[in-house]
Amino acid sequence: MSERIIDKTAAELADDIRDGKLTSVEVTQAFLDRIAEVDDTVGAFLTLDAEGALKAAAEVDTALGAGERLSPLAGVPIAVKDLFVTKGLRTTASSKILEDWIPPYDGTIVSRLRQAGLPILGKTNLDEFAMGSSTEYSAFGATKNPWDTDRIPGGSGGGSAAAVSARMAPIALGTDTGGSIRQPGAVTGTFGGKPTYGSNSRYGVVAFSSSLDTPGPVSRNALDGALLNEIISGHDERDSTSIPQDVRPVAEGARTGATGDLDGVTLGVVKEFADGSAQGAEAGVLEAYQAGVEQLIKLGATVKEISVPHFRYALPTYYLIAPSEASSNLARYDSVRYGLRAGDDGKHSLEQVMSLTREAGFGPEVKRRIMLGTYALSAGYIDQFYGQAQKVRTLIKRDFDAAFEQVDALISPTTPFVAFPFGSRTADPYQMYLSDLYTIPSNLYGGPAVSVPTGLSEGMPVGLQVMGPVMRDEVCYRIAAALETTQSPLLADTVPEIEE
Amino acid sequence: MTTLNKYDKAVADYEPVLGLETHVELGTKTKMFCGCTTVFGAEPNTQTCPVCLGLPGALPVANRTAIESTILIGLALNCRIAEWTRFARKNYFYPDMPKNFQTSQYEEPLCEDGYVDVTVDGKEYRVEIERVHLEEDTGKSLHVGGDTGRIHGATESLLDFNRAGIPLVEIVTKPVPGAGELAPEVARAYVTELRDILRSLNVSDVRMEQGSLRCDVNLSLNKPGDEWGTRTETKNVNSLRSVERAVRYEIRRQSALLDKGEKIHQETRHFHEATGETSDGRSKETATDYRYFPEPDLAVMEPGREWVEELRQRLPELPSKRRARLQGEWGLSDHDMDSVNNAGAVDLIEATIDAGASPSAAFKWWMGELSRRANDAGEELDSMRIGPGEVAELQNMVDEGKLNDKLARQVIDGVLAGEGGPAAVAAERGLEVVSDSGALEKAVDEAIADNPDAAEKIRGGTQAAAGPLIGQVMKATKGQADAKTVRELILNKLS
Repeated sequence: MSERIIDKTAAELADDIRDGKLTSVEVTQAFLDRIAEVDDTVGAFLTLDAEGALKAAAEVDTALGAGERLSPLAGVPIAVKDLFVTKGLRTTASSKILEDWIPPYDGTIVSRLRQAGLPILGKTNLDEFAMGSSTEYSAFGATKNPWDTDRIPGGSGGGSAAAVSARMAPIALGTDTGGSIRQPGAVTGTFGGKPTYGSNSRYGVVAFSSSLDTPGPVSRNALDGALLNEIISGHDERDSTSIPQDVRPVAEGARTGATGDLDGVTLGVVKEFADGSAQGAEAGVLEAYQAGVEQLIKLGATVKEISVPHFRYALPTYYLIAPSEASSNLARYDSVRYGLRAGDDGKHSLEQVMSLTREAGFGPEVKRRIMLGTYALSAGYIDQFYGQAQKVRTLIKRDFDAAFEQVDALISPTTPFVAFPFGSRTADPYQMYLSDLYTIPSNLYGGPAVSVPTGLSEGMPVGLQVMGPVMRDEVCYRIAAALETTQSPLLADTVPEIEE
Repeated sequence: MTTLNKYDKAVADYEPVLGLETHVELGTKTKMFCGCTTVFGAEPNTQTCPVCLGLPGALPVANRTAIESTILIGLALNCRIAEWTRFARKNYFYPDMPKNFQTSQYEEPLCEDGYVDVTVDGKEYRVEIERVHLEEDTGKSLHVGGDTGRIHGATESLLDFNRAGIPLVEIVTKPVPGAGELAPEVARAYVTELRDILRSLNVSDVRMEQGSLRCDVNLSLNKPGDEWGTRTETKNVNSLRSVERAVRYEIRRQSALLDKGEKIHQETRHFHEATGETSDGRSKETATDYRYFPEPDLAVMEPGREWVEELRQRLPELPSKRRARLQGEWGLSDHDMDSVNNAGAVDLIEATIDAGASPSAAFKWWMGELSRRANDAGEELDSMRIGPGEVAELQNMVDEGKLNDKLARQVIDGVLAGEGGPAAVAAERGLEVVSDSGALEKAVDEAIADNPDAAEKIRGGTQAAAGPLIGQVMKATKGQADAKTVRELILNKLS
């Protein structure tokens, strides 16, 4: 176990706080100090709430002192992606259009964090409205990858992943619409978990694409991710798409996996992803992934090749469905009730004010997707684009269902390439979209998927993705935790040198 | 200046085809997709939350009572209830619409294919219902600083979101051809019937003047034998009378245009209560593309057959059936019952009878004096300041001989002026019949003495000669005597 507070995992910190070895205030302060030390360079946080975090920490300390039984992560501070609505704390979605918005309410997951006694350190950077794969589309500047500050931290949850990777928070909240938890996890050497769609409430998460958005944990390892997910998941009557079932026993899955035994587990290697070269996957990424697969076999897993023929349509399908829903979800940002207002000088009509506001308030990627979605839903095109995409989505779901009749989980690399240098893909949106090639299918399917660090390529982290059947999240955690046992030291325990 | 044809000429030359879209605000305690209250007339923006304000991150959850009410409406309108239905988003920008999309239903409405039968002038018309669906209402814009309250000339626009998210049921008819010259009356009778059905279901307070029942009137004209013409849609017609007027006006306006060889543009039109005219609004040629798609934030609804049957058991006696029963009980002719219904007086008359009046008396007051006054004031019968209890009380006073018809009408003046109930008004205004027999006899004696010629004729058996004598007595008693009693007194004295 490491000496520094910030090097401890969330589970270790929770134990120390519960055992009285550390106070929550001490722990919280240690992370606030680390933020003060390195965040000027990394740029993971958009808004800090030191006061609120310390106050929440003090309350946990008081409650523990009074002998109260608290949640398994009580007192452990957390970073929250700035897509989660936080009462009284600025929430921007990294967009100019919400630059000064102070929400009057907490979403369900944030309420659950508060009830469970997790001090919220602050709000982390993201691609504007979670649209992007590099956090370069934030209106407030890009976050840097702690492993190499010339490179992107992944997206859209680059801020949360970088915060955990750089030891500015032991755990963080993310949202995954097409890979925004797993992909940044992979490129920053952290664990990222996308739960089954509907198992984590979307109430109070700024909407990007309603049928895909899934809140989930970002952490150093599978167990921390599992502990966090158990706190935030569960049925929410305020979200009509929330599944009315119990929380998945993911921590149990992670503990089972930590024994390093995968006997009886059958894994499917996605045939269409095996030869990644066709889709521009880097050789180094494939090598690290292969090494990971071999480790899983050594632990007792049986691996077979599984064909999922419609995966190759996943990317275009996603880029019709997500922008369509986004174009509608983002219509509410119109200058009328909150947020930015441009052109309100008495010389412009209402329509012009709305138009000027949206022109000034939205960045290039958001505009691109609003245009795409508006087009895909418009009269005369909806059947051809949105309707067709929904049909393909159904075929992809059938592929998954068929695959899970043969295997317990599917595995693949999380991303086709390691973190790329800033600016290298912004000129060509399609190249950027390829970042999520492997992660998107499970969003279209709705099942759980996690990314666990598996090795390095060019000195940069590579992630292995485990995709499971709907409501079998614990399977993913078991496999991820087992893979972690093959690493010594744990890849996620490597503290990147942060160079200015 | 809009040219209009004479109505009779218009309906002689053209066949009108009607279509009605009616919006009904449901009387649920909470809003369609959140727990906010729905009290009418509350302080602006006091009944709102993140959901109905469309704040970032907020999500809708469908109101079960609203779904039940919609199914009840569907059943009452003889519709098929969908086994599988979902909401859709209707996307367009409008400042009083919080999310800039309205959560509504599109291709999968809750109820489809029903009908309502209405009777006009003894003839039955079947109005077919295309669909009944559920949606949320929008907020309300207030334009201040100008003289008119309209947006032009206003210095500021204020938004009240209390109404945003109130459940709204839309009932859409199929085109109704064949009503001919009675199209305006059929339109009115349909909306009246619909209102009565909704009221009997107790799902809405159906107050047109408060906007809880709003009607869009579609109308097209065609030459006999031709295809149906292009329709216009007159929005937000807010009273039964206006529905009738709007149809009539459009028939006259469109026929004049068609006579000149002009084309009717498919457009929405505004109705002006004050003048009974319509004016053009937005042209449908530049119609908004609403980009409907299934609402991903709401789960699909599958109303189970058991639930639907349970709701069917809850249906009350529907107005048409109830009317048939009441007509029998009251002994009214078809024609009289029709006019009672068209005047929206069924409930009023029934309540008046319940309060102790005879059916004929209740009918006489509501369909006579009170209908006339409502018409003069441009009001609906049930919104006048006199109710069934007061009418029964008035009739009771007449029956007891305390009032004659003339005095009763003066009492009504007082009641409508807010002076109190009939007894109080009669006492306050001194309108009781003179029942002091001494005073009456004195007046009769004087009249006989003043008119010896007439008295002689009566003695000779010409009873009709009593008129001038009665007139004099009534004058002497300032109209407060019962004419029948006076007549009897005179005849008795001179026989």
